[in-house]
Amino acid sequence: MNDEVILLDYWASPYGMRVKIALDEKGVDYECQAENLQNKSPLLLKSNPIHKTIPVLVHNGKPICESLIIVSYIDEVWHDKSPLLPSDPHQKSQALFWADYIDKKIYDVGRKVLWEKGEDQEMAKKESMEGMKKLEGELGNKRYFGGENLGFVDVALVPFTCWFYSIETRGNFSIEAECPKISSWAKRCVAERESIAKTLQDPHKLYDYYVKLNP
Amino acid sequence: MAGSEVELLDFWASLFGMRVRIALAEKGVQYDYKEENLTNKSQLLLEMNPVHKKIPVLIHYGKPICESNIIVQYIDEVWQNKYPPLLPSDPYLKAQARFWADFVDKIYDAGRRILNTKGEEMEKAKTEFIDGLKVLEGQLGEKPYLTGESFGYADIAMVPLYCRFYALEMIGKMNIEKEYPKLIAWVKRCMERESVSKSLPDPHKVYEFLLERQKKIR
Repeated sequence: MNDEVILLDYWASPYGMRVKIALDEKGVDYECQAENLQNKSPLLLKSNPIHKTIPVLVHNGKPICESLIIVSYIDEVWHDKSPLLPSDPHQKSQALFWADYIDKKIYDVGRKVLWEKGEDQEMAKKESMEGMKKLEGELGNKRYFGGENLGFVDVALVPFTCWFYSIETRGNFSIEAECPKISSWAKRCVAERESIAKTLQDPHKLYDYYVKLNP
Repeated sequence: MAGSEVELLDFWASLFGMRVRIALAEKGVQYDYKEENLTNKSQLLLEMNPVHKKIPVLIHYGKPICESNIIVQYIDEVWQNKYPPLLPSDPYLKAQARFWADFVDKIYDAGRRILNTKGEEMEKAKTEFIDGLKVLEGQLGEKPYLTGESFGYADIAMVPLYCRFYALEMIGKMNIEKEYPKLIAWVKRCMERESVSKSLPDPHKVYEFLLERQKKIR
C-alpha cells in the first residue's frame, strides 16, 4: 500500500506525542513536519483552517485534526496491528470516557498549574491531584489502562507524564508521592514500549523551555 | 427497574440529554426516561456516574455509559443494524463528523458562558459564540446537513442548542435568526424529523427556566 502519511507537529506538544505513539505502535511509516508555531506553514493553515493547531495527520492528502480523533482514526485504518480501542461497545465507551476525562481534568487543569498564579493556580493544583487520584483508581492493579496491552487511554495520558516535572516544580508538589501507581505505570510505559520511549521528550528539556516562556 | 433494558437518566432542559434522546429516537429504541432533580441527585445517578455525577447517563442492561457524544456513538454501534447510521463507516468521514461534534461542544461552552456571566466575560463569550456560528454557517454551505447529505452525529450534537436560541437572543442581546440564514434553514430541516421535534422542549419554557437559574447564580 502506497500510503502518504504526514504528521504536522511541534516537539513539545503532548497532543502530538499521542499521535506519534499511535503511529509507531501500528508500524506506520510517516513523515514528521515540525511546525514553527510563530510562523505556521501553508499546509497547516490549509489542513486545519478552523483551529490552526497541531497535531494534524494528513493521510493521502486528507487532513484529520484533534489528537484523540486522530488516534481513533489511526486505530480504525491500521486495525490489523496493536488495537488501541476495545471492540466491545461498552468497553470502548469506557476508554473514550477516560480519554475525555484526561483531556478535561488532567491536560487542561495541568496547563492551569503552569500558566496561572495565586488562587487560580492553587485551585488547579488541587483539581490536578484529584484528577490523578481518580485515574489511579481506574488503573488499579492493571499493567496498563488497556489491561495487559497498551490501550487508547494509555496513549491519551502517557505524553503528559513528561510534563510532570514542570508541573511538580512550578506547583511545588510531588505526583510520585501522591500517586505512586501512576508513577510506576509511567515508568513501565517507557521501559516496555519503544514507541513511548522514543517519543516522550526529556522532562528537564521541557522544563527549561517552559521557564523561558514563563519565568 | 426490573426488565428495563435501556434507561436514560436525564434533565428536561439539558442539551446533552437531548442529544441522547434524539439518537435513541432515530434508532427506534424503547427506553425508560428518568427525570433527575439536579439539586437532589438520585442514588442511581451517583452510582452510575460517580466521576462527574452528571446527566445524561444511559444505562444498558445495568451498565452505565456517560458523556453525551460518547453515548451517541455507543447507541450507533449497539443498534448498528437499525437504520439510519448516525456515524459514517468510512474512517475519514467518521473523523470529520467527530471533529464537528467536538467543535459544537466549544460553541455550547460559549453559550453557557453567555447565560452565566456578565460584563467583559459575557462579551468575550458572545464573540466566541458568534465566531462559532459563523464557522458552522460556512461549513453548511450548500449542504443539507453539517457533514453532507444525511442527518447524523454532528447534527445531533448541534441541534439541541436551537431550543436555547430564543433565550440566548434575549439574554445575550443577539439576533441569531437574521444573521445565520443557512443555520436556520438547517434547524428547520432537522425539526422536520420527529426524533428532533419530540426531543426539544419549548423555547419559551427553556427561557423561563434559564432566567430563574440566572437569578440564583448572579
